[in-house]
Amino acid sequence: MQEIKSYTMNFGPQHPAAHGVLRLVLELDGETVVRADPHVGLLHRATEKLAESKPFNQSIGYMDRLDYVSMMCNEHAYVRAIENLLGIEVPDRAQWIRTLFDEITRILNHLMWLGSNGLDLGAMALFLYAFRDREELMDCYEAVSGARMHATYYRPGGVYRDLPEQMPRYNESKWRKGKDLARLNEWRGGSMLDFLDAFCADFPRRVDEYEVLLTENRIWKQRTVDIGIVSPEMALAWGMSGPMLRGSGIEWDLRKKQPYAKYAEVDFDIPVGVRGDCYDRYLVRIEEMRQSNRIIKQCVDWLRKNPGPVIARNFKVAPPSRVEMKRDMEALIHHFKLFSEGYTVPAGDTYAAVEAPKGEFGVYLVSDGANKPFRLHCRAPSFAHLSSMDTIVRGHMLPDVVAMIGTYDVVFGEVDR
Amino acid sequence: MSEASATMSAFAQLLQAKLGARLVRIAEARGETAIEVLPENWVEVARLLRDDADLHFELAMDLCGVDYLSWGDVEWDTLDVTSGGFSRGVEGETVGRFSWANRPHPAHIPNRFGVVVQLLSLKYNRRLCLRTHCADDELPLLASLTPVWPGLDWFEREAFDLYGIVFEGHPDLRRILTDYGFVGHPFRKDFPLIGNVEVRYDPAKKRVVYEPVTSVEPRVLVPRTLRDDSRYQQAQAEEKARGGK
Repeated sequence: MQEIKSYTMNFGPQHPAAHGVLRLVLELDGETVVRADPHVGLLHRATEKLAESKPFNQSIGYMDRLDYVSMMCNEHAYVRAIENLLGIEVPDRAQWIRTLFDEITRILNHLMWLGSNGLDLGAMALFLYAFRDREELMDCYEAVSGARMHATYYRPGGVYRDLPEQMPRYNESKWRKGKDLARLNEWRGGSMLDFLDAFCADFPRRVDEYEVLLTENRIWKQRTVDIGIVSPEMALAWGMSGPMLRGSGIEWDLRKKQPYAKYAEVDFDIPVGVRGDCYDRYLVRIEEMRQSNRIIKQCVDWLRKNPGPVIARNFKVAPPSRVEMKRDMEALIHHFKLFSEGYTVPAGDTYAAVEAPKGEFGVYLVSDGANKPFRLHCRAPSFAHLSSMDTIVRGHMLPDVVAMIGTYDVVFGEVDR
Repeated sequence: MSEASATMSAFAQLLQAKLGARLVRIAEARGETAIEVLPENWVEVARLLRDDADLHFELAMDLCGVDYLSWGDVEWDTLDVTSGGFSRGVEGETVGRFSWANRPHPAHIPNRFGVVVQLLSLKYNRRLCLRTHCADDELPLLASLTPVWPGLDWFEREAFDLYGIVFEGHPDLRRILTDYGFVGHPFRKDFPLIGNVEVRYDPAKKRVVYEPVTSVEPRVLVPRTLRDDSRYQQAQAEEKARGGK
């Protein structure tokens, strides 16, 4: 019988641990990976080309669908790019709301990552807890925008509307009644800020719970410690950012180094790893959730004390209120022009980046002075990270590939765009 | 020259000193710095930007292609319509208006394809936009930056896939985002928005078949408009009030 040295295997695109539609062609020698060739693009929707054919504001919704677990951070990069070119100011309250929702998004993203990465590596229970807690933050998304995920809440010049006075409550139904209903509505007596206050007070305890399940867990450590080590030099060479870079011990966070929105005015710390393995990146992300919680608390306190406008009063870019529109001819014209033609953006190009939960999400926007972008390019962190796959997993065992895909925190909405 | 350098930031002057004649253009706007170089100096400049102790751009965040065809084209008259009557609609050749079969074969325009790289220096906390235009529009060719920043590997593959820009010296220049066996470069401005092929399952052949697009008609909902009027005075005034910081 002929002896087979190495063989090639398809991992995905319909593998539950592939986090979407990743097709990974693995060349194996026994259980050791000799070469990994990720095939991406199965979810390519040409978002950037579509955006070229639409007025600026109509593409905000597409941004949600790029990295569909950190929706508002993508919107933030896009609206910042437009604001750069237009040169408009955003009211303080809108900036605080954006900071608040960026951090809510970070927790949403990290919970999703924690749950699904845990699931990949055999920790089933965590997935259920993470999704339970995501639900509450999704309710905040829904309360401000009407959508649980694809919010389309940010606008050039601010955010679409102010935070709701009343947090929506659950109604009694066949499935939700009695004690259950009371528990679900416990925090929902007041405004959204009251709800978030209650959430912030409770969340650190929940993070402790996740840590009880994982941090000292022997199986978890066996699967992550010393797996997928990324040296600082390698992280730089491969253009890594976010937790991938910080996990390797490089203290770099756009929120601190190039602050946008109101990050310069809030107090928080940046966790960094030491060894650059999967376990360190896990610890970094856990700590980031605690820090995000701190930022949310500070935003809530500020927003409570300071009412004000949430979108720039510049009718060339942001629509007038319905009341004004019904009374004032000029406002009606502005409204009509904005929703039919949109606004034109001065010619030029800009690169706006935000610290998205996965790393640096950047938008490179070129305008030729028209009401549609001439070129829009989204720099997705997952795309850059995934490209280093082959270099990192060579020599690792097959199960470590799963750990590595998990630790990249890839989402194919933004890899394939 | 001395007058120009007086208004330039220290960083721009540093770049000018380091790059010398290799610098074609330098622009500073909104706190962002962008430089343009010739394609023949592409790798050399990149290496200098990474290795020079005063520049130290150790991270390349992004690389993308740009197709400058149809720059400034409009589908809606705004200026001469007052004298010419009410017919504002313009028959254009923007991406939404044609299908694959009747796609335009455009005139040769100079510097059609550009490549833009976003660099980041952690050491100096600085960003820089580095760009160039490919010399030949028929076969846009550019040296690969993967020996300088290996992380640009997939970004170059993407620019090749979507724009057909060939990166010389790239270790593995395959398509990345489009389908296996795809024809054409979809983000070029002469590639139709509706695409060139569609797929469906053919029960007779018992497999998925590729056919020219018939299920979608080319259409434009909002015409492309350029306006150069007083709309942005408020924005400009605000910018000025901030002192252009």
